[in-house]
Amino acid sequence: MSVETLHGEPVQSDDPHQAFAVHYKERKQQDESYIVGMWTFLVTEIMFFGALFLAYIVFRNIWPGELSEISREHLNVKLGFINTLILLTSSLTMAMAVQSAQRKIEGRVYFFMFATIALALCFMGVKFVEYSKKYNENHVPGPLFHYVAEGAETKATVAGVEVVKTEGSTEVAHEAEHGRKFSLEPVKGSATSSAQHAEIFFSLYFIMTGLHGIHVILGVLVMLIIIVMMWFKSPLVADFMPIEMTGLYWHFVDIVWIFLYPALYLAHPDLQKFLHG
Amino acid sequence: MSDIPVHHDPHSHDQPEPNYLNWSHTVKDWLLTGDHKRIGMLYLISVTIFFIVGGVAAMFIRVELLTPKADLFSLETYNRIFSAHGIVMIFFFLIPSIPATLGNFLIPLMIGAKDLAFPRLNLLSWYIYVIGGTFAVLALVFGGVDTGWTFYTPYSSMFSNGNVVLTIFAAFFAGFSSIFTGINFIVTIHKMRAPGMTWFRLPLFVWAHYATSLIMVLGTPVVAITLLLLVAERSLHLGIFNPNNGGDPVLFQHMFWFYSHPAVYIMILPGMGVISEIIACFSRKRIFGYSFVAFSSLAIALLGFFVWGHHMFTTGQSMYLGMVFSILSFMVAVPSAIKVFNWASTLHKGRVSFHSPMLYALGFMGLFLIGGLTGLFLSTMGVDIHLQDTYFVVAHFHYVMVGGAIMAFLGGVHFWWPKMTGRMYNENMAKVAAVMIFVGFNATFFPQFIVGYLGMPRRYAVYPEEFQFWHILSTMGATLLGLGYAMPGVYLVASLFNGKKAPANPWGAVGLEWHADSPPSPHNFHETPIVTWEAYEYDIDGEAGMYDGPLEGNEEKRTNFGGESGTEPAGHPAGD
Repeated sequence: MSVETLHGEPVQSDDPHQAFAVHYKERKQQDESYIVGMWTFLVTEIMFFGALFLAYIVFRNIWPGELSEISREHLNVKLGFINTLILLTSSLTMAMAVQSAQRKIEGRVYFFMFATIALALCFMGVKFVEYSKKYNENHVPGPLFHYVAEGAETKATVAGVEVVKTEGSTEVAHEAEHGRKFSLEPVKGSATSSAQHAEIFFSLYFIMTGLHGIHVILGVLVMLIIIVMMWFKSPLVADFMPIEMTGLYWHFVDIVWIFLYPALYLAHPDLQKFLHG
Repeated sequence: MSDIPVHHDPHSHDQPEPNYLNWSHTVKDWLLTGDHKRIGMLYLISVTIFFIVGGVAAMFIRVELLTPKADLFSLETYNRIFSAHGIVMIFFFLIPSIPATLGNFLIPLMIGAKDLAFPRLNLLSWYIYVIGGTFAVLALVFGGVDTGWTFYTPYSSMFSNGNVVLTIFAAFFAGFSSIFTGINFIVTIHKMRAPGMTWFRLPLFVWAHYATSLIMVLGTPVVAITLLLLVAERSLHLGIFNPNNGGDPVLFQHMFWFYSHPAVYIMILPGMGVISEIIACFSRKRIFGYSFVAFSSLAIALLGFFVWGHHMFTTGQSMYLGMVFSILSFMVAVPSAIKVFNWASTLHKGRVSFHSPMLYALGFMGLFLIGGLTGLFLSTMGVDIHLQDTYFVVAHFHYVMVGGAIMAFLGGVHFWWPKMTGRMYNENMAKVAAVMIFVGFNATFFPQFIVGYLGMPRRYAVYPEEFQFWHILSTMGATLLGLGYAMPGVYLVASLFNGKKAPANPWGAVGLEWHADSPPSPHNFHETPIVTWEAYEYDIDGEAGMYDGPLEGNEEKRTNFGGESGTEPAGHPAGD
């Protein structure tokens, strides 16, 4: 063996299922390292999403009723439920793919991997429907954001032209100076106020589901790469470990949605009344 | 016992044995290497470049502050310069400095492994670091950023006209690089230890890096998402920190400091690991209270996650919340003090010798002591109201980060330089540099405690004339400090060309890394070592085994051992 193949490269072995990289002592050590590494990575992912959930909790705590009101009016619980079913099923097919890989039944591995990809694409399709509806209703935060609160008499635009100002406050002077609006205190009860909640809610909605969607797409890409490598008989995917780790990742993506769905879609105002008396 | 065929005879002296540096010289073999030692060297070069960039910015700051008026730079430029100094030094020098260079190089050697668990992930982390660094340099070239390294909203998201997005992507990439390093270290320390290398035989350097990796893995993702939210707010107007939308700018500070306070422990903990190694070696004594020092690293990592609010005493957070944060911040002093007391006890009745790494280590102890104790002032809420955002804070964190982390980094580089390069540097120059850095550092930053206490705010180019004396003192110290930092750059590089060849174990140290060749062979050990001894089994009465001449005279002290031959390592007393 030459020095050039030392680090990270797999040792050629008669049995491809027993090959391991030269810097490990044995195959078992490599497998365990992969598993520990993947779980550690998932911990970082939990912290990644955890910060977003923290932000969500903070704002739900400030406006418990208002945010759930917006959620009830503008998020489609049924589409979210369908997506939950789709993603849970994809976790099943992923688990079947892992098991087939462990049993070395190659045909089934292909079948279940493609099934998982198909379900993931269905999930993204539903998300596309939901996103485009919000785009058409100008519910994407930004300069075009436009939200009419239920029962509000006048239309109020938040990031556009109209601004609710507190007369004589220092913020007004600041705004005038910079030509931008700047109000530290939410003006509760006004139309602008509920538009504020709405913009916060939709910001959280798009960031949380958007990052989750990116994770779904990355999972699909990883699965496609593994399928191509399997097709070309790459030694790197000769055993089940890459699929096992993709499975761990995929279940994580699934679990994130399990938390996102109730947090965002099932925030019902009646529940708030029930909880807060 | 090893499955790996030995591809050369370790005892043949007909031709030089291939080591990790000389087995190949092509650019491709360096840039596509999986070898943790080469990646460590790549990191060493990159962090040094960023240290120079950040250091130049620091000198600009000090020169501007010579006079009470802003006469060298405009106020706007000054903001950009101190921001560049902070961002480059923290994200691109301090955080990767010890873990990614010394940690990368030494952890597999110290635990008897051939490499880190994921060599290609390790290489990827360096590339991501380089991409982040490129963004940072581009942001500087395009005019820099004026938010300070903390990127506080709403200034950074709504008003700043600097290259905020580019700079944030730079920090974001640097963060991912450190996440990958952290994952790699955790898996390596769990799964790659040599036979017999139990957890409580690990060098304290490895314990410190384990604690550091936990912080990297748990904290960095939070700041990553926080910075992404800031970018989303600034460029896509998806805002939750924007008070205009009913968002909360203080939430940004909470999320930012949730990482960025533990991040100061990412900087100091590996340094504490380095100091434990150096103190034990140059006292010829087992470290006092090994398990206390080991667990105090974990305690610092754990407590570090619950003190972030002490950065925010003046933001209007709840008084009761502030009290809890204040008490928890005091508690971090306990494991820190355990370390310092144990180092002092190790020195006590030790056979102390003052080689240059030891000078850095002793300097670290003194400076960290001051830096740590002034931290207690700042975690006292009432005092902090007076000292918040003054030069007292600046002096405090420079004592910890520069006096602590950089002293430890330099001490570690000097200690392991013979192992890393196979060359001895000029010891006398190294001693002079260590003393210069210590004196220069104190001259720079001690006056800042005073001027800060008197009321000089940080981040200002203009100040009342009565403060000028202290600023001149500080700038003079900084000049000395800068010269001190330049010296190792000269004599360490010179040692590569004309330094004497280093023996495998120039300091007579007992760590596993000293049983590898200097420089180590491409896969570290000729045979997988089997560890049968405890950490730091120094023989205080034995021969010191210090390097005192060229290799030829010292050949017997060089040990090549393997599990099968069963020879005892140098400096290790026969029998247990």
